[in-house]
Amino acid sequence: MQIKGLARIGLILVLTIIIGQWAWGSAAHSEAAYDYINISEPFLKKIPIAVPVFKTMTESDKAADRAHQATNILSDGLEFTGYFKLVDPAAFLEQPRDKGITSADLNFGNWTDIGAELLITGGLWLSDDTVRMEIRLFDTFKGELLFGKRYGGSQSDMRQMLHRFCDEMVYRLTGKQGLFGSQIVFINKQGNQNAIYICGFDGHAPQRLTKSQAITLFPAWSPDGASIAYTSYAGGSPSILIRRIDSGKTRRIAYDGINITPTWLPGQPGLAATLSVSGDEEIYLLTESGKIDKRLTDSWGIDVSPTFSPDGKKMAFVSKRAGTPQIYIKNLETDETRRLTYEGNYNTEPDWSPDGEKIVYSAMEGGQADIFVIGTDGEGLTQLTRNAGSNEAPAWSPDGTLIVFSSTRSGTAKLYVMTASGTDQRPLLDMAGEQILPDWSPAMEIK
Amino acid sequence: MKQQRLGVTFGLLLLVIAFLFVVSCAKHKEVATTAGEEQAEAAEQAKQTGEEAATGISEEELAAQERAEAVAEKRRRQAEEERAAKQEFVNENVYFGFDDASLTRKARQILAEKVEWLRKHPDGEVVIEGHCDERGTKEYNMALGQRRAQSIKNYLVNAGIDPSRLETISYGEERPVDPRHNEMAWAKNRRGVFRIK
Repeated sequence: MQIKGLARIGLILVLTIIIGQWAWGSAAHSEAAYDYINISEPFLKKIPIAVPVFKTMTESDKAADRAHQATNILSDGLEFTGYFKLVDPAAFLEQPRDKGITSADLNFGNWTDIGAELLITGGLWLSDDTVRMEIRLFDTFKGELLFGKRYGGSQSDMRQMLHRFCDEMVYRLTGKQGLFGSQIVFINKQGNQNAIYICGFDGHAPQRLTKSQAITLFPAWSPDGASIAYTSYAGGSPSILIRRIDSGKTRRIAYDGINITPTWLPGQPGLAATLSVSGDEEIYLLTESGKIDKRLTDSWGIDVSPTFSPDGKKMAFVSKRAGTPQIYIKNLETDETRRLTYEGNYNTEPDWSPDGEKIVYSAMEGGQADIFVIGTDGEGLTQLTRNAGSNEAPAWSPDGTLIVFSSTRSGTAKLYVMTASGTDQRPLLDMAGEQILPDWSPAMEIK
Repeated sequence: MKQQRLGVTFGLLLLVIAFLFVVSCAKHKEVATTAGEEQAEAAEQAKQTGEEAATGISEEELAAQERAEAVAEKRRRQAEEERAAKQEFVNENVYFGFDDASLTRKARQILAEKVEWLRKHPDGEVVIEGHCDERGTKEYNMALGQRRAQSIKNYLVNAGIDPSRLETISYGEERPVDPRHNEMAWAKNRRGVFRIK
């Protein structure tokens, strides 16, 4: 029994070492940031990429199944980013699974002929419950290897290994990192029950986090990725709860009146939220233990929904001070506040982009909301959704390339994802009930 | 000629109808009278039985009993009225315009009645709930619901009600009374609700 336990620990240790990858490719490339994709370009040209089925290095049906599975996970992951266009496999002129997966085995002309600018080849070995993979990325026009990686571990970790490759690849092509380890928190509503759920960046495997049946709203991910702050009616009136994701340990902030729309301060402990303790809805800076540090707004009427610039020096928020809900930006160093939005009569739910340049928000007209982005200088107002139900609660992905939001385009509210320029709008996940109020986690290590 | 005859026939018809109506009314009255008489008889009987039962009780005791009965009756009536007033206090909502937390004239009329009740019941503590319709976004509506509850509270405090008796809570757009998606439902959902603690 004990020996078996030790053996298992030994195996885990070996696997951990194996999982700690092995990379090759020319040294010049390891400094990253190829200028293949400029994600800040508004009308992105998608790069055509070919992902043929991995070569099975172990002869078995199971290995062949796994090879197909791996190819699908890789293709789906790359397609999700919105800047790759997968070349139809029916057009392929050669099959690396038959010929081989290295430069020497490939005829790059066969790939440029079908329009593929990038090519990924993979090999897969299978033994007992472990899997080993070699994956290479080629520039077909230059006919050269951009980089290659070797992964190994338990078969159940295949998804993580492939997403590591995706993350590395995206980093090398765009200079952005962290999407593939990130997660999305949201509220699932069924009848009068609502609970917080967390799923993968691509909607994979949603897990229920809270069990209370009280009204639960506005989940917000902490900058270290370890906690969720949210609003709950579990104690009768709306208070803010801060919950550790791993241990479930929860702290409660409950001043008289409402305690809503928490958001975390980037780069330092503490959060901001709207409290009505003074008899008026104002935004306050709170310590993590819930003490009021500072009042950030001081105008009669509604002030709500704070969001911080990545450097923490500015705060955007919603105020009704001019008669209709509009978005304002307050410079926390100079205490100056200026109005950002002038179009329309109902602009709410701002979220500051990770690059600090833009704010995404929802604008309502005639009961239906649509999502817009605007530069923090008020320039470049762009409508991202139109004629597709009510689109609300937008939130940026940690790399700033994608936006998650809720939409009633198919009836009840569901979560959707689109690129930062509004293209590739698609459902994030398929589950019963209404899914609302998503928030994207910070960049995280792939677990 | 023909027209004249038609006129006469019509007149006769009217007369017949009128007669029938009178007869039927008389019948009704008759029935009513009978019922009234029966009731009076029953009351008379009851009085007699009462007198029989009361044999041996002095005039004063009888008077005291009658007074007690009158008091009890009055209490019952008061309790009834009280219940009705409380029902009205709880059931009558205050309604708001879209994206608006200000009190309409009608809202102020309703709140004036609430003030009356609160004055008569100095121990009564209430929760004022602010609600919104489904249009608009959840974060903003949560704040708007609070603003509505707060503007009701402000009215009551200005009318002299102790603020410590008044608690406010916002439910945003989370608890609609009418789940439909139309103007009528939205108007019903933009409301201030009173709950007695």
